[in-house]
Amino acid sequence: MLWQLFWTFLEIGAVSFGGGYGMISLIREKVLLHGWLEETQFLSFIAVSESTPGPLAVNMATFIGASQAGAAGAFCATLGVVLPSFFIILLIAALIHNLLQYAGVNAFLSGIRPCVVALILATAVTMGLSSLLGVSTLADTPAPAWQGIGILAALLLLRFGWQRWKGKAPSPIAMILVSAVLGMVVYH
Amino acid sequence: MPHRTLQEEERSLWTLFGTFFKIGLFTFGGGYAMIALLEDEFITKKHWLGRDEFLDMAAIAESTPGPVAINSATYLGYKLAGVPGAAVATVAVSLPSFGIIYAISLFFDQFTALTVVAHAFQGIQVCVIYLIFSAGVRMLKALERTPLNVGILLVVMACMIAFSLLAVKFSSIAFILLSGVVGVAVWWTGRNQKGGR
Repeated sequence: MLWQLFWTFLEIGAVSFGGGYGMISLIREKVLLHGWLEETQFLSFIAVSESTPGPLAVNMATFIGASQAGAAGAFCATLGVVLPSFFIILLIAALIHNLLQYAGVNAFLSGIRPCVVALILATAVTMGLSSLLGVSTLADTPAPAWQGIGILAALLLLRFGWQRWKGKAPSPIAMILVSAVLGMVVYH
Repeated sequence: MPHRTLQEEERSLWTLFGTFFKIGLFTFGGGYAMIALLEDEFITKKHWLGRDEFLDMAAIAESTPGPVAINSATYLGYKLAGVPGAAVATVAVSLPSFGIIYAISLFFDQFTALTVVAHAFQGIQVCVIYLIFSAGVRMLKALERTPLNVGILLVVMACMIAFSLLAVKFSSIAFILLSGVVGVAVWWTGRNQKGGR
């Protein structure tokens, strides 16, 4: 188990681009594949990781590791997600600091950039379809979760209202707090 | 890197540890938020780095795999105090997260077993989907509307949603690597066409 945690997060750390959010689609795939968490638990973990300080990726790795195998699991997952970064950056800083000036490397990254955005958007859409409309695969009969849809509508109203009023989007933590209160009211 | 005495070395490792620990403890919102904090700490306050070097760091941290915060910490630690500096900075920036999240994980199950908390988290789960989507939209707005970008974006999104609905297993890793290869192929053909004229 520890080995599997380490290895999974090592793989995620080595191939995920675009920081914490770019990592979410990869982590979600692995976590659901191994049956470590359910979709709803995973969403709760993201919320906690988002509303505590520190890098989202380290928070997620620690949390998932701890949920599967306690302190040792948390350590293995965190080590796994950090190690590839550490060695890749050392390599770049020490030996090939002009890596980004190679046209081929830039071309590779220019292909990856839109892909990461697509992964994030597609992950949000699939998550929304499964938890708000009850559709994970085409075989499912849609079962809309009206309370959830209501909360989403309220959050969107709040976001755009706030934007017009204050000129900027509300912070993620503020949105999480509002949704917690909405949840307590709606699911009561 | 300038030669330092042993004492200076030790002091700078401790300062590095302290600085990155503090940054790990006080940044909310992940890597990009952390870059702003690092800039304030290392350029404005401590003058440890030049602005150009810092911008190089930010570009590298954002375009290499892995968490942006870890990439920045490793890079800055190395620039300031070699390999030991890189190790110290990386550990220091991860430690607060590790401690806080581990502590939360010990009580999380009991906490969410309370009905009120469970309801709150049902609401929060909806919010997380919104947050992920809006992070995606933010990145989408920053993306240039080139044919390559739009093409990859639409194809990957359509494939990923379709595969998921059809329950076809296809890893995101494959999408990432394939997109990189497409980027290289487009650059390669463009270059050869130019060369042929």
